[in-house]
Amino acid sequence: MNELKLKLQPAKDVVSSPCSCSSTPGQKKPLPAWVVGTVNTPVGNVLKVTTEINQSERWEHVKCRASGFRNSYTVSPGLYAVGEPDKDAHVLVSANYKLSFDVLRRELKGLNVWVLVLDTKGINVWCAAGKGTFGTDELVRRITLAHLDKVVEHRKVIVPQLGAPGVSAHKVKQDTGFRVLYGPVNAKDIPAYLVAGCKASREMRTVGFSIIDRLVLTPMEINPAMKKYPLYALLVLGIFGLQPTGIIFKDAVLSGLPFLILGLITVFAGAFLTPVLLPFIPFKSFAIKGWIVGMLTTFLSMKLFGPQNTTLAIFTYIFFPLVSSYIALQFTGSTTFTGMSGVNKELKLGIPVYMFFGVVSVLALTVFKLNQWGVL
Amino acid sequence: MKYLANVTTIAMVPDKCTGCGMCLEVCPHNVFALQNKKAVIIDRDACMECGACANNCAFEAVSVDKGVGCAAAIINSIIYGGEPTCGCDTNASAGGCC
Repeated sequence: MNELKLKLQPAKDVVSSPCSCSSTPGQKKPLPAWVVGTVNTPVGNVLKVTTEINQSERWEHVKCRASGFRNSYTVSPGLYAVGEPDKDAHVLVSANYKLSFDVLRRELKGLNVWVLVLDTKGINVWCAAGKGTFGTDELVRRITLAHLDKVVEHRKVIVPQLGAPGVSAHKVKQDTGFRVLYGPVNAKDIPAYLVAGCKASREMRTVGFSIIDRLVLTPMEINPAMKKYPLYALLVLGIFGLQPTGIIFKDAVLSGLPFLILGLITVFAGAFLTPVLLPFIPFKSFAIKGWIVGMLTTFLSMKLFGPQNTTLAIFTYIFFPLVSSYIALQFTGSTTFTGMSGVNKELKLGIPVYMFFGVVSVLALTVFKLNQWGVL
Repeated sequence: MKYLANVTTIAMVPDKCTGCGMCLEVCPHNVFALQNKKAVIIDRDACMECGACANNCAFEAVSVDKGVGCAAAIINSIIYGGEPTCGCDTNASAGGCC
């Protein structure tokens, strides 16, 4: 199946060369700023990239961490050169998410290596490996497309260790003759790994999840949760403003305000505090961790500005920790250590609990409103 | 940091293991060790079911139900059907995965 695809690919896709991009000068795409020249190989020119990350790229990296900008931040797949690599130079494999590519080339200062970028649809190595887009087939395809066997004389490619869920080293060897060496988890360890003769220490092979790692992930936890906030705010104002005579603006704001603030605090509890404090919060379940933090923030909020009404207090204590728990559970998708069986177990137990107490909190709110209107 | 205990689907067939050490190399959580020239699971609950070991065992000595440990992905698969995959392809991604 692979071979067929490969044969259909025109040869100019093989090696990235500024001249081969387009035959008509008018359509020629400008080269990106990170391309600083070309390196000649037996199969044509290969684009040479800088190991420097410029100011605008740094800003783009920030945007990747905080928004949907990351969804279209890509580089063209193919072979690239760093420094002046020759037929004996190492080949490092990467993904075509530009942030992944940048993190790699930043660590390659002073080295002469080839970088083979796979088409992972703009997704980072680990996630793409989970999906299989960073995988055996794509690696075999790119090795062949780049005529790697003519560019280098050795038969080794260094694949990031976190690419291993998608790549079967023995199958790549079978199909291409290239041996897959698994490099370190973090790109920053690559120089030391190469110096050690392609040997990674146990530390280099272990994935961590430091407070900084967790912190940089929080914007993309807060962001999706806040997308639902306007709807929540509208509901709060509607419910508290709703009187038998119509929606009273003053009531909406006065009684609704504590709940608008509680909503924000709860997003903060589930999407920021829980991820950042993760190892310090008791229990292993993310749902319970999130509930505990949500309960603490709800308790403090109640002391400071919470509603005096008992029914409303019951609603508050049920609803907000529950939301924090649910938001915290979403963080399982971003960690480096949660597996599917565990998340399945949490959801199996959690979803009925969320549903039950969701209904209870709606009932509590209804009782409050009916009381307020003097119906009960 | 470890996730829930006694849930992972990782399993080994010791007879098939040749002790090549590939699983030790690819595992990001040090689940395996070599004992008497065979790989053994020494830290089961550290397994996150990424599938790297099974995928790279040429002798099919390791197996695991590989999958994404992502609540948003699993909830989406319950609601919309299909395999749980992260929604990184779309802006509609609920979680911060990938």
